[in-house]
Order: sequence, then C-alpha cells, then structure tokens
Amino acid sequence: MAMRIVAESARLLGAPRLIPIASTHIDGALYHGDSGTLFAERLVEGGAKVAVRSTLNVGALDLMGCSPIRLEEPQRGMARRMMEAYRKLGCEQSWTCAPYQAGHRPAQGSDVAWGESNAVVFCNSVLGARTNRYGDFLDIACAITGRAPDYGLHRPDNRRARLVFDVSGLSPAFLASEIAWPVLGSLYGREVGNAIGVVAGVAGHPGEDALKAFGAAAASSGAVGLFHIAGVTPEAPDVETILAGPEPEAVIRVTPQMAAKARAGLSTAAAPKAIDAVAIGSPHLSPAEFGSLERLIAGRRLAVPIYACTGRHALALLEQDGGRKRLEASGVVIVADTCVVVTPIMPDLHNGVLMTNSGKFAHYAPGNTGYGVLYASLADCVESAVLGRPVFTDIAA
Amino acid sequence: MSAAAEILVPGKAGEGEALVLTAPISFWGGVDPRTGRIADVRHPQHGDVIAGKVLFLPGTIGSSSASAVLMELVHNGRSPAALVLHEPDAILLLGLIVAREMGWETPMAVRLERSAFETYRGSTVTVAADGAVTI
Repeated sequence: MAMRIVAESARLLGAPRLIPIASTHIDGALYHGDSGTLFAERLVEGGAKVAVRSTLNVGALDLMGCSPIRLEEPQRGMARRMMEAYRKLGCEQSWTCAPYQAGHRPAQGSDVAWGESNAVVFCNSVLGARTNRYGDFLDIACAITGRAPDYGLHRPDNRRARLVFDVSGLSPAFLASEIAWPVLGSLYGREVGNAIGVVAGVAGHPGEDALKAFGAAAASSGAVGLFHIAGVTPEAPDVETILAGPEPEAVIRVTPQMAAKARAGLSTAAAPKAIDAVAIGSPHLSPAEFGSLERLIAGRRLAVPIYACTGRHALALLEQDGGRKRLEASGVVIVADTCVVVTPIMPDLHNGVLMTNSGKFAHYAPGNTGYGVLYASLADCVESAVLGRPVFTDIAA
Repeated sequence: MSAAAEILVPGKAGEGEALVLTAPISFWGGVDPRTGRIADVRHPQHGDVIAGKVLFLPGTIGSSSASAVLMELVHNGRSPAALVLHEPDAILLLGLIVAREMGWETPMAVRLERSAFETYRGSTVTVAADGAVTI
C-alpha cells in the first residue's frame, strides 16, 4: 500500500522515477479525525516498518504531561492510538515541529522526504538538504519504502532563485529586531507563493531561530518550500550564484510601508483593552529562546498565562537547569509534544484575545482556536502577560 | 457549456453548486474537517461550506496536513462533490489517493485552466466520469 501511494503520487506529479531517501520527518501523526488513525493502523496491521530514520512531528496529546489537553473521548483515545501506531511503525518519538533542533539534521545535498511546512522549508533552505513539501500520508509511505518521487526540489535546477526579495530599503534597526523575521516571512510568502526567491540586503547571519521564524511564517502565508538569503543560507553565497538566469524574473523591493502592512496583517483583534493569553513556540522553542523568555520575565508573576510550546529535546534541558520550575512559578504553561493551535489546550473563550510573537501562530490561531490575535515581539508579549493588557513598543520598519 | 478536463485522481462523478474560491486556501486551519466550513477568518469566503459543492481551487497554501483534512472530509461525508484545480496539488490530492486505498468512495479531482473558473460561478456543475465539466 505504501509503495502504491508513492507511485501514484509520482504519476500525479509527473515524476519519471523514484529516488532513495536518507530520512523522513513525519507530520501525519497529528489527529485530525478518525480516518488518519485508521490509515496508520492499516499500515501496522500489514507489518510495515520505516526503512530510514524517521522523526515525528507534533501529536495531539502532551505525552510528557506538562499541560492539560482538553481533547475528550472518543477523540482522545483515537489520537493516542494514532501516536501509538506511528511508534509501532518504527518512528522516533521526537514529537516536535523543530526536528532540526532536536538532532535531525540531514547533510547538505542529501535527498530526504520531510513533512510539516516549517520543517520542510528549514531543511531545504538552512540545511541545504533536498525535500519537497510532503503531505500527510506520503511522508510515512516514503519512510516505509525508502523512496520518493524524483521531482521538484530534489532537482538542483529547480532550487535556483527566480525572484529577488530586496530588504535593503528597511532600517537596520528594524532588520536587527526580533519581529523583522516573522513579519518579513509573512510578506515573503504572500509575495512569492510557491516560487523560489533569494532575499538580498541582509547584513549578517541573523541566527538560526530567526531563520526558523522567517521560514515558518513564509510557509504559512504562501506555499514556500525553499528560500535563499544571500550570504547566509548554504546555497546562496551571493545573489548571482543562486539566480536561475542572468537576471531575476522580478525584483520585489520591500518598502517600510509594505513591512508595516504585513505586520498589521498578522493581527486580527481590533485594539482590545485586555489579553487573555500569550502563546509562543511555533515552531517549538529552542533552549536559547527559553533563555530569552526567562530573562524577559525576570521572576515576575504573570497576570495571564504564557503558553510556551516546545519539544521534549528542549524540555529535557529546561528541566536539568531548573528553568521549567522557575517559569511555571511565574505562570508560564509549558506545552510539550504538541502546541496550542493543533489541539484544544487554551480555554474556549468567546472573543478571546491571544498575543504571540510567532507569524505561524498569528496565521493559524484565529481559525483553529477562535481567539483573535495580536502580533508583537517577545518582549512586548512578556510585558503584556505581566500586565494583562497589550503593550507595544514601536519598531519602525 | 462544457469543458474537457484532465482527470487528476479518478473517483465518483459529481454534481453540485459551483464554489469558485477567490483566494488560495490552506485546508488545515482553513477548513473545518467535521463540517467543511471555511474557518480561515482571513479568507474572503470565510463561513462558506465546501461540502457537496464543486470546488474550484485557485491554489493551496500553508500546512502539509491538507491531505489529512481532505481525507477526513471524505470519511465524514463532508467532501466537495468534485475538485477542480488549476494544477495538480501534491499535498491536497494525497487525501483522495489514500482514501481510495482505504476503500472509501472519493470525489474526482480534475484539472482546468484557472481562466475558465469564472464561467462556472453561480451555476450547478456536473463533473462526469470522463472529466467533462458541464453547466
């Protein structure tokens, strides 16, 4: 059955052959309804096992027991059965949307089959490994067969940039700020759709967590599977090297107005007087991001909870150094193995307001949680959580 | 009015009111898998229901779980009557491929030029087993 799914997908995509893959990251173990559980159990009944290293994306339950999940029976039981089926198929119990920060970092130039839109874009763009945007079910089918259709971003020619996204018109102060990357990612995704672009005008490496935020936002607002940043990402030492032709097909010159509009577009709540919660960690927080959170809270007590979503890889370090206890004492709710937009964790509120520094949460929270969203930097999120009302520090683009 | 569309994924021939989306959509987070209602508040057709409609898709964006949402819609009897796409969508259509593997009855997915979508707006549309898309 797995090979039929891979072959049928290859036919649909016009791929002439299948290629061997080095690893997979599997997004299919998140419960959306019974059909996915039945599919995974069908594979287990058939005796299937993954043929290559396969990490798991988030599930619908917090198996570490950090946070109460409000998913009720019979859905809860079906979600647990689904997670169990993927374990039986031989997948690693990583349960994170940031596998690349949990030790799964395929080599540059290697072919892999990854699911979860932010993981795909990070894998391609920052690690330089080659994957398409694998949808749920094809990821596990590729893992079992060890093969993937040869098309799209597996082919070097298709990885070249056709568009230039020039950010040199933005202020250095804005570009150095934390919000620049999710905001620009959101704009980038909307502007380029599924085309390959190269970002020009970035002075230095902004750090891996910034690239993680950029890619996640871009893959939420567009169908971005790969981006390049000249002088930063491995396939783009400069703009000329990565361009598909002598001239780009289009140059998008980002103005401060465009950045301001993209930032405003991340919020849906209209000037509320209070907030109900803060959510961070989409993609899952790294140890460095937990460090920033703890410094900003500085031992204060929060008026509304900060839901801090992460994987067990970062949780283990956080427990070792006592950070978990200190954060929970302030009113932070650690969420492990899952996150607040994929499963019911936050209370059901009519007209609830959620503040976040994640472009991806900003995109998905209104549809999945019913909360209106306010987008802000991590520092503003923390101050707002301490006061229970929104606080914004202006950083002009 | 009839156009011959390429069959992307075979399935049950379908008939329904045309729902021509005016913006790309992420099925995960954008469509409720239990009801088929468009849940993305930023989508211009937020609140419309795709179940039973002939759904014209100008493109899909976002999550790689679109396939899971479409399969769940099929399993819940809330899928569109047929899907009309501008180009094959590697993620979304997996939902139909896997649902067929599971032995469930799936709608057809066909390919038609995006420029032809508008002519179907507001009409009842039939997608026949041979791929003909007819008002």
